[in-house]
Parts: sequence; C-alpha cells; structure tokens
Amino acid sequence: MSSRRSRSRQSGASRITDDQIIDLVSKLQQLIPELRGRRPDKVSASKVLQETCNYIRSLHREVDGLSDRLSQLLASTDTDSDQAAIIRSLLM
Amino acid sequence: MMNTPQQVKNPSSSLKSRFITRFLGALTKITAEDPISSSSPTRIFQRYRRIKVASNKSMAYSVRSRRIWSRAMLSRFRSRRSAFSGRRSSVKTTNCTTSPPPALIKVTINEKKTAKGGLDMQTDELRELVPGGEAMDVCNLLDETAHYIKCLTTQVQVMRKIVDFYHLSK
Repeated sequence: MSSRRSRSRQSGASRITDDQIIDLVSKLQQLIPELRGRRPDKVSASKVLQETCNYIRSLHREVDGLSDRLSQLLASTDTDSDQAAIIRSLLM
Repeated sequence: MMNTPQQVKNPSSSLKSRFITRFLGALTKITAEDPISSSSPTRIFQRYRRIKVASNKSMAYSVRSRRIWSRAMLSRFRSRRSAFSGRRSSVKTTNCTTSPPPALIKVTINEKKTAKGGLDMQTDELRELVPGGEAMDVCNLLDETAHYIKCLTTQVQVMRKIVDFYHLSK
C-alpha cells in the first residue's frame, strides 16, 4: 500500500492514494475498445481519460442514432404486448 | 474504499433484463399513443425524442439509486417533470429535454498537463459527460464512469437487437 501522507485531507473525502487511482484508471482502460488490449503501463492516464470521453460521446451518439431508427421502424409497425414478449425472449 | 461486490448472481444480467422490460414497456406505450399510420416528420421526430428519453430513463431506473450517476439522472428527470407542470423548482432546468447542456466555449487543455495533480484538469471534460460528475471526487468519478459506460453499452446492445428484430420482420 502506498504510504504517502503528504496529501492533506480533502474536503469531505478520505485520502485518495495514487495506487487507487492507478487501479481505477486501468479498470477503465479495459472498458474502452480502443485501449483494451494494450498494457496498462504503456497507456498514460490522460490518454485513458481522453479516450473515455470520446467513447462516452460515441455511445451517446449511438443511442441517438438507434432511437432515430426505432422511431422510423415503429412508425410502420404495430407493436403490441405479444411482440414485446417475443423480443424479450430473444434478448434475455 | 471501493468495494468490489462479486455477487453469486451475475448482477449485470439482471440489470440488463430490468432494462429490457422497462424499455420495451415504454416502447409499447409510445407506439400505442401514436397512430400507427402516422409517419409525418414531426411525429417521427417526437417519437425519436420520446424513445431516447425512454432509453435513458429505463436504464437510470433499472440502476435505481445505487449509483451517483443514476441518482443524478433521476433527479434531473424529476426536476424536468416538475418544471413542466408549472412549479418552479430550485434546481436549474434545461430548455432542451434530450440533448446535453449547451456546449460552453471552452478550450480543453490536453497537451499541457500540470506538474502536480494533472489528473484534476483532465477530469473536467469527463465530469461534463457523466451525470453528477461535477461533484464527485476523482475516485468516485472513475468508478462511476466505469459503471456508466457498462450501462451505456448495454443500452446500445439491446437497442441494436430491437432494431434488428423490427428490420427483419419487415
């Protein structure tokens, strides 16, 4: 465990160690397709943060685009609870 | 300290099934309230917006109040609702219901890292993207971001399959 005590207590939060941050950043790295395969020590934290932001934005755009497509597909489809049951069984 | 729960049941599959149930329910409602034959651009646009909100809402409700980001999202929805009903809430309300807050003209300093605590500067961007991110400390921000991304990918995954289903049945 890191024995750094140089940081003063932050307002309301317990002392955050560097190890914790490194841990969390590498955990994040594994979620990002761009960076997933790379070794954690080869990828800088700022790179991970940047790619995380890009990835979140692209996911938002995807949700957007899929909502758009659904709105057009549903316009000409009769959705009822039977259909919902079918879909549910396909997705589960 | 972060706890890493390893529950016996796979938590993410029950989250996914909660989301599916909610979202499909919302879709059924949306199409029921709309004349099926209607395909005017305005209608379709309104439907698109409702579907998008339903998707985000369904996920936030499926996560419930277990996460900072989901709590932030849920309180956003509630304050929006009370704003529409005419009551003034102390929480600031956005004009647009579905798009993110208007982009501030801001230069994101990426090439220049501060010597100490460079992480703080670079989290600014991330804080704007994760609901409730402004108030989180770095640890929470990173942890919440990871969960938020998992939920977003689930949303996308499910929505894609629904699109495929409808696409094939035409």
